Amino acid sequence: MMRETKIRWIARPVVFLVCLAPLGWIFWRAVNGDLGANPIETVNRFLGDWAIRSLLLALAVTPLVHITGQSVIVRFRRMLGLFAFFYALLHLSNYIIADQAFNWGDIWADIVKRKFITMGMLNMLILIPLAVTSTKGMIRRLGGKRWRKLHRMVYFVGVGAVVHYTMMVKADLMQPIIHGSILAVLLGYRALRKTRRSASAG
Amino acid sequence: MLIKSVPACAPKASEITPKSVFLDRRRFIKTAAASGLIPALGPFALTNDAKAALTGRALANVAKSAYGKGLTPTEASYVTSYNNFYEFGTSKEDPAVLARDFQARPWSVVVDGEVGKPGTYDFEDLVSPHQLQERIYRFRCVEAWSMVVPWVGIPLGDMIKRMEPTSKAKYVAFETLNDPDQMPGQARRVLPWPYVEGLRLDEAMNPLALMAVGLYGEELPNQNGAPLRLVTPWKYGFKSIKSIVRISLVEKMPPTTWNNAGPNEYGFYANVNPDVSHPRWSQAKERVLGSGYFSSKVPTLKFNGYQEEVAGLYAGMDLAKYY
Repeated sequence: MMRETKIRWIARPVVFLVCLAPLGWIFWRAVNGDLGANPIETVNRFLGDWAIRSLLLALAVTPLVHITGQSVIVRFRRMLGLFAFFYALLHLSNYIIADQAFNWGDIWADIVKRKFITMGMLNMLILIPLAVTSTKGMIRRLGGKRWRKLHRMVYFVGVGAVVHYTMMVKADLMQPIIHGSILAVLLGYRALRKTRRSASAG
Repeated sequence: MLIKSVPACAPKASEITPKSVFLDRRRFIKTAAASGLIPALGPFALTNDAKAALTGRALANVAKSAYGKGLTPTEASYVTSYNNFYEFGTSKEDPAVLARDFQARPWSVVVDGEVGKPGTYDFEDLVSPHQLQERIYRFRCVEAWSMVVPWVGIPLGDMIKRMEPTSKAKYVAFETLNDPDQMPGQARRVLPWPYVEGLRLDEAMNPLALMAVGLYGEELPNQNGAPLRLVTPWKYGFKSIKSIVRISLVEKMPPTTWNNAGPNEYGFYANVNPDVSHPRWSQAKERVLGSGYFSSKVPTLKFNGYQEEVAGLYAGMDLAKYY
């Protein structure tokens, strides 16, 4: 009981506020006129960065549980995943509202012609059903097995997000490589564990 | 009475990082830049430092020119804090910080190739025979943003004439300094160093082409390409090579850095052209830096609005093919 109270009333709000901190930071910079010469670009990159980072954090939960044996960490997975969706949605909204000023013709042309934008939109299309089905009620309605199958799509979004980042960068691939390597470790861990388990089961 | 109890986990004095090390912030920043960490730490570590200013060294005897009437220059702090100058890091805020200690004097430029007067020229010998002029030009980056910059410089053509090009000279090749000790971004090969650029000789002789030595009436800040940089306002910004150490008059079309890095994205000519789409950015419109957050992009003009001055250079050329 004590433990449940701590998770619910202390740990969760703390993690929530930590996840919200990047948004607070960019807001603070905006209020102080500290977004540089090209504020739309600054905000867009910032939101994109934190969408990927939140997604990597959400994907780190399962390996962390296995390694530490602390199953309580799972209790934060949905929040981390929803924050990834939240930052991705803000990233997309900034593009549509500020960068393109709702110019749907230009937006469509971007989606069709510029592959990194095609990729970004695809990621968003996958993230939407995952966010919508993140509630307890939806898990019950879908049934655990189907729900898990659906939510494995997040692996595609992880890869898609790194590809989107890589294609956007002009010459310096350092950042996409760092994020891609972390993703590779997180997905590689799962693949390795799966093959080991099926090997020992057989 | 003061009782000092030292917990067992407290670090011993010998374990504490010496002050000299943790104060060596600049070295840390340079290492971080070289390792690509700045983009990750950037917003937290550098924003306040990146507010770069002008040099404060005013240029004497600058003549006003008719170029740029009616244009309002972009705020100086934007021009000096938002720079694509990969020799000093790949994020736009890097150069203002990492170029701070750059030594732009003494400076010499090698002039060679098809010229009657080859040699190594001191910066002053190259520039001082000419009358400095202020020219306010639009500056359009291939990334679809633009500024208006009051440059101070001399017409490139006047400088080239003094080099006495031979009849074989068809192109001008430029080279940026290659010095990883001073240019921390060169520690990593994000582009092949040194940065090289080039113009057709008739482009270089066009009165619009400027060798810039200053901004806003002052000497060029390091992050803007001190002490000597090219400005070709009808072309995308990457043509305007910075911190030039070599000018060669050549017979054949010289290699250019971004064209080598991505030939399907960046051509030799790189003329601003709203009709030729780019795989990354639509070139039909541009964001004017300094306009409000929710202000719309504006249509990009052919040759960045300098059609009258330069269109003749490309008469009969298929600009979709020679982009």
